[in-house]
Amino acid sequence: MTNPVYLDNNATTRVFPDVVDAMLPYFSEQFGNASSIHAFGSEVGGALRKARKALQALIGAEFDHEIIFTSGGTESNNTAVRSALQVMPGRNEVITSTVEHPAILTLCDWLEKHENIIVHRIPVDGQGRLDVEAYRAALSERVAIVSFMWANNETGTVFPVDGLAEMAHEVGALFHTDAVQAVGKLPIDLKTTEIDMLSLSSHKFHGPKGLGALYLRKGTRFRPLLRGGHQERGRRAGTENAPAIVGLGRAAEIALETLEADAARMTALRDRLEQGLVQRIGHCFVTGDPYDRLPNTATVAFEYIEGEAILLKLNQAGIAASSGSACTSGSLEPSHVLRAMDIPFTAAHGAIRFSLSRETTDADIDRVLEVMPGIISGLRDMSPFWSEQGAQPEGFNPEYA
Amino acid sequence: MWDYSDKVKEYFFNPKNAGALSDANAVGEVGSLSCGDALKLMLKVNPDTDIIEDAKFQTFGCGSAIASSSALTELIIGKTIAEARTLTNQDIADFLDGLPPEKMHCSVMGQEALHAAVAAYTGEELEEDDHEEGALICKCFGVDAGMIERAIRTNRLNTLEMVTFYTKAGGGCSSCREPLEELLADTNAAMVAEGLMPEADAYIFGAAPKPEKKKPQGFIIPDQPPAPKLAPQPSAPVQIAMPALAAAPAPAPAPEPALELALEPAPQPAASGLSAAKEAILAARIIEELRPVFRRDGGDVELVDMEGSMVLVHLTGACSGCQLASQTLGGIQQKISEALGRTVRVMPVATV
Repeated sequence: MTNPVYLDNNATTRVFPDVVDAMLPYFSEQFGNASSIHAFGSEVGGALRKARKALQALIGAEFDHEIIFTSGGTESNNTAVRSALQVMPGRNEVITSTVEHPAILTLCDWLEKHENIIVHRIPVDGQGRLDVEAYRAALSERVAIVSFMWANNETGTVFPVDGLAEMAHEVGALFHTDAVQAVGKLPIDLKTTEIDMLSLSSHKFHGPKGLGALYLRKGTRFRPLLRGGHQERGRRAGTENAPAIVGLGRAAEIALETLEADAARMTALRDRLEQGLVQRIGHCFVTGDPYDRLPNTATVAFEYIEGEAILLKLNQAGIAASSGSACTSGSLEPSHVLRAMDIPFTAAHGAIRFSLSRETTDADIDRVLEVMPGIISGLRDMSPFWSEQGAQPEGFNPEYA
Repeated sequence: MWDYSDKVKEYFFNPKNAGALSDANAVGEVGSLSCGDALKLMLKVNPDTDIIEDAKFQTFGCGSAIASSSALTELIIGKTIAEARTLTNQDIADFLDGLPPEKMHCSVMGQEALHAAVAAYTGEELEEDDHEEGALICKCFGVDAGMIERAIRTNRLNTLEMVTFYTKAGGGCSSCREPLEELLADTNAAMVAEGLMPEADAYIFGAAPKPEKKKPQGFIIPDQPPAPKLAPQPSAPVQIAMPALAAAPAPAPAPEPALELALEPAPQPAASGLSAAKEAILAARIIEELRPVFRRDGGDVELVDMEGSMVLVHLTGACSGCQLASQTLGGIQQKISEALGRTVRVMPVATV
């Protein structure tokens, strides 16, 4: 058995050993509460400050107190949207896109249904790029907050959030971005943008799970989601998760040091993977914006076969990837992102996402290119939409369709 | 990911009878690309004997769809058309040692393809398909939105409790309460709009349930005459945790045979802090509460015994041998574990 190949880094990443080493003393040695006076927590406050500074550097925030540690991207997103609706009296509209993460979309569905909020969901084109004209048309002085993701988790397509934030400010709305997939992969310098709030998650860039942060630009009016103690300057109550915050800090340091070199290397590997797959396997194509997307994300749609079957075979070959297919999620609809991009059903069901990290090697890519053609042809041989002559979607006319 | 049985994996990775059957004389095609599932079943039937001599499949779908298709072909080869007609999706799931509840539709697709192929062979008309699915709401019992909506409409349901009685949805761990509430409110609102229900009857999302009235007295043994009071003892309420209880005389003879074994006086309190008898009574009450859910499906459940961490029950009717039985029992198990404050295992047993 060859070494396992992990290409699902948009789902989560391996915590770097360096990060684990940095965290360990804060479990059983410096385990005190950062708020306490005694020696058990004497170093904790300093370690948290250092971690905050490291994250500040990674996202280019002007002040370290603009960072509020949370339990993760989902909490940050919920906090941002709900806070904005509370601090903008008289404004009851939200603008977002059709391809956001459920942490935004499900919240917006709820607000629309139960809290009398009007939600505008801006569509995207076939490559996942935002319809800026539709966005412009939705903007008004009734809008409390605009929330667009920085980079899409499924296709890697990057939204031009700088410009989108400026447009939001023209009507006096707040601008939030879900940057969970962007932080640690793209250079970010918030102090040069007009972004008011940004959500990030530690475990997407080799930090521990269960920790995230909300960037809140100095001066932005804010209402906490969780009320209680004075932690995070009263903006997010609850004892600090010190080991995780220290781990996130170390992960942020590593990401800042290596981001540029990693991006170049991952882009080369990703392009080789995509081109190799398209050359070796017919009836498949790369999704997303070819000119502006994450360096680590390749989503390839294979026609006439279903994603979960591909993933099971890949898993058997020791390769971990993920799929936008319906069957892996328990719903019957394929990925809302690919459907929003108008990718035909024939392909959306068979879309496979390979997401790389700085640990991905040439040998990993070779291994995928070696096993993938056999997996695809084996499954196509079993597909009713396929015959020895190739694709034949018209040859199949189900009774109950 | 999914918890597939070894048999599902085996039939996915090494499917039998995959591919085209060139000399097929009956073909059934179901599903479509947009659903993410499609199956083409090809049969070679001997016209003299009506025996299915060969069967092959082509499937577009997930691992369990491919395994279900392959299992279907294995089940019907050698059978007559008449025998094949009686095959149900449950037979396919059983053959594969079960499917996850979210994946039961894969076995349904197999059954539908078989019906289509048989109809093609005999030349009969296929009945109208009313099979529709929605998002899976209740994971304990595998009930989807389509089925719940139909039950609400057909029976004009307007309380969560009735939805659970009619569909079982929400009768297990009850964590699907919020989506269930939303579905009920939405369906009722649509029925009001269509003039099928007066507005006053419609369920409103978030409507506060009536507070449960709790009697401020001690433990009550259901359907039993109160135990004879001993003169020197203080009057009710009886304190459950009183150590004196263990030394107290055994409760009055239980009229229900199912309780007999369990009601024997326990020599010492169980790990939960309750006596074995109290524990058995609690378990019996929980099972009693859940009985309507089982009876609706033509089955029944009764408590047989409790031994340590084992709660033995007897399933009858449609419940015995049901593929969902293990999930159903999981719901009981959770409720009893919560009530007793310790983990128990609910095991089905044959008649005592």
